[in-house]
Amino acid sequence: MLLKALSRKVDLQFVFGMLGILLFSVISPSVLAESSYKTPDVNQLASLLSDLPGANFKKSALLIKKAEGFVKGAANPELDEVLSGLFKAYLEGKLYFNKSDKQLLILEEIDGQLSLKDPFNNALSGKANKKQIKKIRVNNRLRKALRKSIARLTLFHPHQEVRLSAVGQLMQKLSDENVSLLREAQESEKSKPVREKIDVALALFALDHAEPAIRKQAVTTLAGNMEPAVKAKLDAMLSVNEQGEYLEPSKAVRMEAQSALASIDLKRSIYGFVETVFFGLSLGSVLLLVAIGLSITFGVMGVINMAHGELIMLGAYTTYVLQSLMPNHIGLAVLLSIPAAFVVSGLVGVGIERGVIQFLKERPLETLLATFGISLILQQTVRTIFSPLNRQVITPEWMSGALQINPVLSLTYNRLYVILFSLIVFTLLLLIMKRTVLGLYVRAVSQNRDMAKAMGIRSEWVDAMTFGLGSGVAGLAGVALSQLTNVGPNLGQAYIIDSFMVVVFGGVGNLWGTLVGGLSLGMANKFLEPATGAVLAKIIVLVALVLFIQKRPSGLFPQKGRSVE
Amino acid sequence: MNKSYLKNIIASAVLVGSLSLAAVTQAAETIKVGVLHSLSGTMAISETTLKDTVLMMIEEQNKKGGVLGKQLEPVVVDPASNWPLFAEKTRELLSKDKVDVIFGCWTSVSRKSVLPVIEELNGLMFYPVQYEGEESSKNVFYTGAAPNQQAIPAVDYLMNDLGVKRWVLAGTDYVYPRTTNKILEAYLKAKGVADKDIMINYTPFGHSDWQGIVSDIKKFGSAGKQTAVVSTINGDANVPFYKELGNQGVSAEDIPVVAFSVGEEELSGIDTKPLVGHLAAWNYFQSVESDANSAFIKQWKTFIKDPKRVTNDPMEATYIGFNMWVKAVEKAGTTKVDAVEQALIGITSPNLTGGMAVMNKNHHLSKPVLIGEIQDDGQLEVVWETDGLVVGDAWSDFLPGSKNIIADWTKPTRCGNYNVKTSKCSGQDF
Repeated sequence: MLLKALSRKVDLQFVFGMLGILLFSVISPSVLAESSYKTPDVNQLASLLSDLPGANFKKSALLIKKAEGFVKGAANPELDEVLSGLFKAYLEGKLYFNKSDKQLLILEEIDGQLSLKDPFNNALSGKANKKQIKKIRVNNRLRKALRKSIARLTLFHPHQEVRLSAVGQLMQKLSDENVSLLREAQESEKSKPVREKIDVALALFALDHAEPAIRKQAVTTLAGNMEPAVKAKLDAMLSVNEQGEYLEPSKAVRMEAQSALASIDLKRSIYGFVETVFFGLSLGSVLLLVAIGLSITFGVMGVINMAHGELIMLGAYTTYVLQSLMPNHIGLAVLLSIPAAFVVSGLVGVGIERGVIQFLKERPLETLLATFGISLILQQTVRTIFSPLNRQVITPEWMSGALQINPVLSLTYNRLYVILFSLIVFTLLLLIMKRTVLGLYVRAVSQNRDMAKAMGIRSEWVDAMTFGLGSGVAGLAGVALSQLTNVGPNLGQAYIIDSFMVVVFGGVGNLWGTLVGGLSLGMANKFLEPATGAVLAKIIVLVALVLFIQKRPSGLFPQKGRSVE
Repeated sequence: MNKSYLKNIIASAVLVGSLSLAAVTQAAETIKVGVLHSLSGTMAISETTLKDTVLMMIEEQNKKGGVLGKQLEPVVVDPASNWPLFAEKTRELLSKDKVDVIFGCWTSVSRKSVLPVIEELNGLMFYPVQYEGEESSKNVFYTGAAPNQQAIPAVDYLMNDLGVKRWVLAGTDYVYPRTTNKILEAYLKAKGVADKDIMINYTPFGHSDWQGIVSDIKKFGSAGKQTAVVSTINGDANVPFYKELGNQGVSAEDIPVVAFSVGEEELSGIDTKPLVGHLAAWNYFQSVESDANSAFIKQWKTFIKDPKRVTNDPMEATYIGFNMWVKAVEKAGTTKVDAVEQALIGITSPNLTGGMAVMNKNHHLSKPVLIGEIQDDGQLEVVWETDGLVVGDAWSDFLPGSKNIIADWTKPTRCGNYNVKTSKCSGQDF
């Protein structure tokens, strides 16, 4: 009896449920189409794109085209905005749909919270539940189509930068449609940089014009322009086809093109040089960062610390741990990990000094072996705790991307930050060594231990602090490296040789030497690399270094004074 | 007279020896399976997974009642990413532990160091990783992809579907990328690609400063023709490479990178944002939907007790190799190497992505080739696949040195390096 009642109840529930779904599915499209958005245009667009959830790549491409065509035809700036916003989300993989009602949604991060937004009226629809939504898949072909669509939709956008990037996109594919759009934009465009860019794009198009005079005119406009497309096009004009004829028939135009190309090449080579200097600086600053801690422990204390690399690794893992502790504040975690890594690596360093190195004073060989053992222990510990796989450290938004100076020169933000960071660390360290009591003690002990002791300096304490300081700085290097490379148990090994190289080259015990050594090794590497390849460049630098050490055994800036002997 | 007497003594000694040995194995009632993967050192990151895969397969097979009525017993050793140690451990497995089969190796250099030992002691090994080819040993079965099962189809896809005209071949400086790039260069030139449209670049292991190279690639790719990068860059160096690509604004639509060493396992440890849209070519992706695959993924996650662990191509190769070995042993009725080796040729076993893999007479598999786009969740979405199975080619047809060479381990040829033109077997199988 009970069972029967129960089953009836279940049945009823089921029936009501079905009814509900049925009712909903009958009503919902009409609701969406008529009353959900303010204007009929937006409603029409929404219903046009309602097929997007579940469509395959081919169908999606068609829908993108259709939607763009519709919006263009409607000539409604509001609609342009809506669709370009939706496409941008689509492009970035932030476009989702609700599994139950197939409603399109944009996933956005607002104040560290994931929330959903209706793409058609920007209304927030609450916190995101990852289980209820599904991403709209996108592949390279769609991305390309979306980029072009967005460019066409935002060519008349109120913001100048948006228009600028739209012109840049359209320049890559000068189809008749894009060119006529650009012509239209040229007339109404008020901002100078945008107009100039449009001129370049149209001049590029004019290079294919039948009239030589117009072609020549176009070449003159393009002289000295550094857009890659311009150089490619001019190169093509001056090249010879299989019959031995120039692709550009007119000699006058060819002459013009040649001189235009020469001015472009000159500019490119200048900026290319600047770029290489930047690369050298940034590699040099990484070398400086990894070596500067060692320059204290090895240079000042004379301890050959083979575990230096692992102290760097610990710093990188500290970043990882902090990021996994606060997953919603990635950037803040990176900033916080700077002091945290200093403390973690510094404490481990003090531990190593107190636990092992202090018993091996004046026995460099044994110190070397013992610290090598410690490095293996640290590696294996990390492998056991965090697994042998590399860990994922996320680069915060403000550190990704590049500062675009012109079409051929861009400086990546993460490298810029690392250069800045290493210079700050260097300056602070210099101040500590030169201006603080600790620095004074350290210098005293390193110059003459017995005399320093006689003056009442607790040399043991100074040793531990110095080693801690050097190790802490290694931790800082780890934070920087976590933004550039893998965070894994082998991170340290990759840098230990480089850091010894820098310290030995710069002169043991001299911070300035480390700075100059690091930067010049970085420069040498980067200037050799284009000519010789990365492998050979490294070898040449190493050989040159060995020869240099033969000539000047104590490096660039040798320590002077009686204590050295 | 005296000599033959001596011979008899030796013969009988060997006989007695082998009899007593047989008695020992009889008593143990197990079949020993050697697992030769690095559990420490640089390669531990990749190889530990394969060790666990073999252990999982053994456990499952034992649940089904073992092989030939005997239980399988794993013998796990750790060659510690140390290439000469691979040879020593192989010797130990074969002469001390007397294993019947070995599953092992990842890097080509470790395989090359195992080869002389395994041929000398007549062992049997399954090698589960994509590699550069130009090899076919009687004692090794290659269940990973040969270059024509990974690199060549990937290039075809880029050329035909994406219209790529300019090529960057970027690799880490060691034997696999060097040989693969040599094959690819020859292949591209045969397809009419000019010298100036190919850029080749090698970097050291674990290279982390990619600024200059990425900037070169960018310049190379801005010449107005569609450009792609074919990457044989080894695992660890990939993250900074893709990061640099992303930072310098090289997107997958402009210059796609197709990689042969980046799979689910490698992607699980990194921030995938800069990689989204780039390509990878493999014979297996975790995302492929099939019953066999979902069962395998479920089994793996339960075995490893981690719902977040992923599966990858070398795991599938291990899976296929193991299943084929079991089938061959059952077919041969013995675990003796020579019998199993002959039985293995022609054996089929289901792929995890659907269809059947076939073991060919050159000891390589026939497998489908898939190309996937990297997604932001670290999975790969298939965008292209070969129509049918691709037969693994031991000796590349695109290198002048190996054009006429085939491997055929069936009678009467029985040769890993057989010249079709001169009908001679060089005997140099690797």
